[in-house]
Amino acid sequence: MTRPHHLLSVADLGIDGIAEVLRVAEAFAEVERRSMPKVPTLRGKVVATLFFEESTRTRLSFETAAKRLSADVLSLAVANSSVKKGESLRDTVETVEAMGIDALIVRHASSGAPHQVARWVTRARVINAGDGWHEHPTQALLDCFTVRQVLAERKGAAPEELGIDCFEGLRVLIVGDIRHSRVARSEILAYTALGAHVTLAAPGSLLPPSLEGWPVTVAPDFDAALAGADVVSLLRLQSERGSGSFVPSLREYTAGWGLTARRVALLSDDAIVTHPGPMVRGVEIASDVADLPRTVVTQQVTNGVAVRMAILFLLLGGEWPGGVPHG
Amino acid sequence: MAERERSHTRPLGGVFVAHSQVLDAPAVQRALTRMAHEVVERNGGVEGIVLVGLQTGGVPLATRMAEALRQIERADIELGSLDVAFYRDDIGLRPVLPEAVTDIQGDLTGKVVVLVDDVLFTGRTIRAALNALNDFGRARSVQLAVMIDRGHRELPIRPDFVGKNLPTRREEMVDVGDDGVWIGTLEDK
Repeated sequence: MTRPHHLLSVADLGIDGIAEVLRVAEAFAEVERRSMPKVPTLRGKVVATLFFEESTRTRLSFETAAKRLSADVLSLAVANSSVKKGESLRDTVETVEAMGIDALIVRHASSGAPHQVARWVTRARVINAGDGWHEHPTQALLDCFTVRQVLAERKGAAPEELGIDCFEGLRVLIVGDIRHSRVARSEILAYTALGAHVTLAAPGSLLPPSLEGWPVTVAPDFDAALAGADVVSLLRLQSERGSGSFVPSLREYTAGWGLTARRVALLSDDAIVTHPGPMVRGVEIASDVADLPRTVVTQQVTNGVAVRMAILFLLLGGEWPGGVPHG
Repeated sequence: MAERERSHTRPLGGVFVAHSQVLDAPAVQRALTRMAHEVVERNGGVEGIVLVGLQTGGVPLATRMAEALRQIERADIELGSLDVAFYRDDIGLRPVLPEAVTDIQGDLTGKVVVLVDDVLFTGRTIRAALNALNDFGRARSVQLAVMIDRGHRELPIRPDFVGKNLPTRREEMVDVGDDGVWIGTLEDK
């Protein structure tokens, strides 16, 4: 497997790359469980978070991951930066890179912005922390990691023993605002690459204009799809991207597509519910449902740090010179 | 001539080509039993001892040494495994990836840790292991047991218990497996 220079899309990794991220993340999950959860691995490296869009968990998660690897972390608060004075994205990126930064973690409201950043940098690695409607690769990877962890726990096995075979034939149902969701796109790429079957459930107005070429099916009957799902991935209505105008009202959306107590009863006993956060209780998920043991939102957040440590380590941990004898 | 994949050369993707056998399987077992007796002798028993095998070659040897200690002292032996990838000094210089998940239960403060590895070479793995152990508490002492000491140290590190001292050329490789110890070279695939 050749290491990609950047993580812009789940597609950059391929199936071997995803498997490697999950494997390495298990080793970092062990570090997270220690009483002193810090390793010296990336000492001397500098990681910068450039978030042109608000975020709580993703930014904190990346910064925690970098600090646990002993990297130095700089975070550009866009609200207080020269961006507000009219500096272009390119000039901002070139300025930041000129300070000797090794990795740029970019979130931007425009789809494709991290791809542009990756073309401008000369040396730094670029990680997409969410771009517009396009992709959020680390979220999809941590979702896969969490699902495998739950499956392993039920079998009484270590997650790394399951490899990626546990995803083969897994039935994943993605529910909600797929049209505006970067998480959905990354999840579809990740789950299908690993051999899972992905079904979408959403009102027609919240499906993408065309699904041609997507390796997914659309559920004709939401209730029946819930009954057959191993994993239910709930998405938030992206009201900041105008989702509100795509549904008649929040109450009608909840009635038609929310995971209510009635719908949870349709799920199989083993079905896992994931949500990338932030959850809007009472809209896409009933408050009681959010607190059920099968809803693994907290594990997702914890695992996010380990998965992001793995991504930073794989991107910054070194080149492949080859031929050096083993020490 | 035996040719086999050497599992922990995975990042380099080479193939270990064995040239000659140094120890056969019974000789490895005898060396392990002797080293177990030396551990007991040095520490006046096995009280407070934790065996920690280094991933991946040291782990099966640590398991076997724990079994030998159990038979000698009729006592349970604490056993762990450690992957030192995150502590190596050559991250960024060569491919470094964890081989397995570290498994050390509880705090090592006050314990006597016996690190177990298959081959002692430059000493850099042991240096990384000493740093890693620090993160699990302040051990009372750390001792080192290796099946093969092949020389070529680059750091001031010496083993406490040795299966066999084996003079080698730098470019040679030593493989410790279920069928004994072999000396050979790493060839391109």
